[in-house]
Amino acid sequence: MGWWLPPAASTFAGPIDMLFLVILIITGIALVVVEVGLVTFIVKYRARPGRKAFYTHGSTRAEIIWTAIPAVTMVALGLVSNHYWVIMKAKDSVPADAYRIGVMGKQFEWQMTYPGTDGKLGTDDDFTVRNQLHITVNQPIAVELTAEDVIHSFFVPEFRVKQDAVPGMHIIAWFQATKTGEYEIGCAELCGMGHYKMRARVFVHTPEEFTAWMAQQAAGGAE
Amino acid sequence: MTSVAPAKPDAHGGGAHHAPMSFWQKYIFSTDHKIIGIQFLFVSLFFLLLGGLLAMQIRWQVGFPGKPMPGGGILPESMVVNGVILPEYYIQLVTMHGTFMVFFAIMPLLVGVYANFLIPLKLGAHDMAFPRINMWSFWLALLAGLIMLAGFFVPEGTSRAGWTMYAPLSARPDLSGATVGQMLWCVSIVVLGLSSVMGSVNYITTIINHRAPGMTWFRMPLSVWALFVTAILAVLALPVLQGAAIMLLFDQTIGTHFFDPVAGGQALLWQHLFWFFGHPEVYILILPAMGMVSDIIANGSRKPIFGYHSMVFAIIGIAFLGWLVWGHHMFMSGMNPTLGSTFMVSTLLIAVPSAIKVFNWMGTMWRGNLRFHVPMLNAVAFVSMFTIGGLSGIFMAATPVDIPIHDTYFIVAHLHYVLFGGSLFALFAAIPFWYPKMFGRMMDERLGKIHFWLTFVTYNLVFFPMHMIGMGGQMRRLYDPTIYDFLKPQQPLNEFITISAFALFAVQLIFAFNFLWSLKKGKKAPQNPWDDNGLEWSLPNPAPHGNWAPQTPNVYRGPYEFSSPEAGDADFLPQTKKLPTDRDPVPAPLPTGGH
Amino acid sequence: MQTSTMIDAMRPPSPAEPGAGVYSNKLGMWVFLASDVMFFTALIGSYIILRFGMTDAWAAPGAVLNVPLTGINTFLLICSSVSMVKAYAAIADGKKYFLRPVLGKTLRDGGLKFWLLVTILCGAAFVGVQVYEYIKLVEHGFTPAGYREGSQLAEHALADPIKYGAQTGAMFGSTFFTMTGFHGFHVTCGVIAMSYLYVTKVLPEKYSPQDYRGIETIGLYWHFVDLVWIILFTIVYLI
Repeated sequence: MGWWLPPAASTFAGPIDMLFLVILIITGIALVVVEVGLVTFIVKYRARPGRKAFYTHGSTRAEIIWTAIPAVTMVALGLVSNHYWVIMKAKDSVPADAYRIGVMGKQFEWQMTYPGTDGKLGTDDDFTVRNQLHITVNQPIAVELTAEDVIHSFFVPEFRVKQDAVPGMHIIAWFQATKTGEYEIGCAELCGMGHYKMRARVFVHTPEEFTAWMAQQAAGGAE
Repeated sequence: MTSVAPAKPDAHGGGAHHAPMSFWQKYIFSTDHKIIGIQFLFVSLFFLLLGGLLAMQIRWQVGFPGKPMPGGGILPESMVVNGVILPEYYIQLVTMHGTFMVFFAIMPLLVGVYANFLIPLKLGAHDMAFPRINMWSFWLALLAGLIMLAGFFVPEGTSRAGWTMYAPLSARPDLSGATVGQMLWCVSIVVLGLSSVMGSVNYITTIINHRAPGMTWFRMPLSVWALFVTAILAVLALPVLQGAAIMLLFDQTIGTHFFDPVAGGQALLWQHLFWFFGHPEVYILILPAMGMVSDIIANGSRKPIFGYHSMVFAIIGIAFLGWLVWGHHMFMSGMNPTLGSTFMVSTLLIAVPSAIKVFNWMGTMWRGNLRFHVPMLNAVAFVSMFTIGGLSGIFMAATPVDIPIHDTYFIVAHLHYVLFGGSLFALFAAIPFWYPKMFGRMMDERLGKIHFWLTFVTYNLVFFPMHMIGMGGQMRRLYDPTIYDFLKPQQPLNEFITISAFALFAVQLIFAFNFLWSLKKGKKAPQNPWDDNGLEWSLPNPAPHGNWAPQTPNVYRGPYEFSSPEAGDADFLPQTKKLPTDRDPVPAPLPTGGH
Repeated sequence: MQTSTMIDAMRPPSPAEPGAGVYSNKLGMWVFLASDVMFFTALIGSYIILRFGMTDAWAAPGAVLNVPLTGINTFLLICSSVSMVKAYAAIADGKKYFLRPVLGKTLRDGGLKFWLLVTILCGAAFVGVQVYEYIKLVEHGFTPAGYREGSQLAEHALADPIKYGAQTGAMFGSTFFTMTGFHGFHVTCGVIAMSYLYVTKVLPEKYSPQDYRGIETIGLYWHFVDLVWIILFTIVYLI
């Protein structure tokens, strides 16, 4: 089994995994300082007969140092993180040429609505498929999320994509897959007793495969 | 020798003026803050045990999905069929585990027990400002707990929407399957909120107005500072939850549509209300622990707390910032991403005062003369484990990283590191520390050490791997992870966690036994068994009704004067000990007492 | 006239650090009121978010609610706050009695027993009028769940959806009854508390100019309840 994040399969995974690693290093250093410090003190300063503790109420200089370093680190982390956050989640960041697919969560399945051969959602040739998201590799995809009943959450671990699907709201989650293959969608918000089985699949196709699939669907082919 | 202020005729308290009390007045319907604290202790430990039993069932199902649970046969068919936990029961377990642990175990153990027990004792007061309201606070909390428990015995069982109760799932019985149980959750929370507010009114008023002469603000122990700030958080946050719970109850019962998008309501409104309460709530769950750990680490290190003033400002800073971060629970919720940015900033900043506290605890131990009694062991473990919990929070605070880990076991690992590794270890320190003051006896030190080490090891075996499982993508509240191909490879780790969890639970029986056995058979406690400086240790064990009444102790110094040169040979110097060089504090010129 | 700092000065000194500078009952009530502010903030805040989050028109309040009657009710509640202040002033001046004829004048001089009773009766009347209002509203078709199907109100809403807020009726009902209902509950609790004090402390003349903390404390609560109503009346009935 893997001890790390799942294998990356989208353009978001690079920045997210990099940020994760950076945070791991920063927190790792902090953790080592604290834990090694504690163990050292436990051993070095344990009570022994004849010893007395060093009577002091503190050190302003130490306080300033260990306040400033975390504060500066957190601000820097925030700035870097926000840069990617805006790219991934801001409405204006959704690429204008992203391929739009409607995804609706309901107890207990996902319904994907495709724009059909005319490539436009909301027209007569749209069709809906249950629990299968078919997309093209290396193409920005904009999933228009909503929910029919309660809050669900669209989650594809390998893409590092997660977005709650909320009844009464239409939320866009965009991403770009970088590897063909089959992945799983999990529901990441408790939605009732069938929450655990709200499993769907993502099929990342080459452009030719996708066109073929779309044609087959339009002709009323089997799911 | 304790020096006392001139006696004042006291309207309440003062055992000498009371008619002898019946058993009912003395132990059951008591207005004595110490008895009320002990009542909270027994009831909350029961709910802690219940929460643990619910967790064991959750872990069975996650570790061995679909396998018959040993002992499952005693549960009814609506919950368990042929020993196998049903999905509808599983989500009740998950909901009730969180609900009981947060509201009826950890919060009352930290606040109901220690705010009540310690505040008057550590300030030199005879009792709380409003003893009868204090008594009502306990009985309402107990009532709330019983109402919540009743959910297991009604048709369709308890609420099923997670302890976070997201709407519309929680508002729609037709979608969740829970009917009466869901209403009981709402009613219970409203009653608990009343209990909390009543308690907080007492704690705040007592701390402001009933400090003994010489007990200035900056001579108060950090446990009291923490409880003071916690009470302010509670008094302002719980009513918001009460409002939300009432709106939820009305949506289910009288047909309102607050959270129903079809009629114009908003699903996200629940989340904003809940987390506006919920984030201050988690600081309610950690600040008292931090305060008590400060007292115990200073005691165990035989040194003053390093940076006392910084510690006070850190507590205040954490509490203040705590009102500004609630949206970090909602990064994936669909709220405006710009809000995500602002909440990220405030959340990252709140790491700073927490870091200050960790470094100050380490500074306290540095060049100390460390005594590793059971409370000290647990207090140091608190620092160690809380650090892990706090650091893991940074991953979630960075919004892009939250995308893959939100609502996975990474979050479950984080919250258990701060609530168990943090708050519960602090309680494992506080309970034996103040046990002699409560019961006049000591808990067994050897059993305490065995419990500590076994808990420390098994606890980390349970919760550390959850970080990995979460990174791997396992979602929360999942009845059967093996449904997903991407989760199947992690299942051996789930099994490992489950077995470790059973071991962790079994080890707690040592603590339970130690606690109960020592009530009657524990070594009789000397007056100041830990050589501590607090005012409470100037009273006999157990502390008498009315505390120092009719007198009031005088306070001559701060709470952490361990190893002070003025102490002579001793390595501690109680707050109320008068040295030849000390002058008596002058009682306030303008009276403030309510009694 | 005596003020509250004079109450404090009159109490025997107690050995304590200076605290808030006010006696504990008053401090405790302020803290409790802070919690109540948060409770109403949750309800009123939700109302504001829900109402201004709606794209469809919200009903003109006067179309659904009886604004004149509630205006009179508001005046009644304000009067009860005035009588509460009179009650507080009376006991501060030592006037524990009910009424006393003033020499040479036709006016009578009210004491604590008179003015507190006026407050209680005005408060009770407020609740009574509110209950009456609720009954009439429900009869007309306005319920917490919105406009009841087939009711007079529902018909009006069909005829004039903008004025009657046909699309937002469910939210109007939800927020109206919850906010005003809990306010009414708070008024009722205040009336009960004052009645309890009236019977156990005021009638037996237990309050004196040296100690009338209970009156001041309940007075604080009563003014708070009045203030919340003024806010509610403005944002629900007028806007």
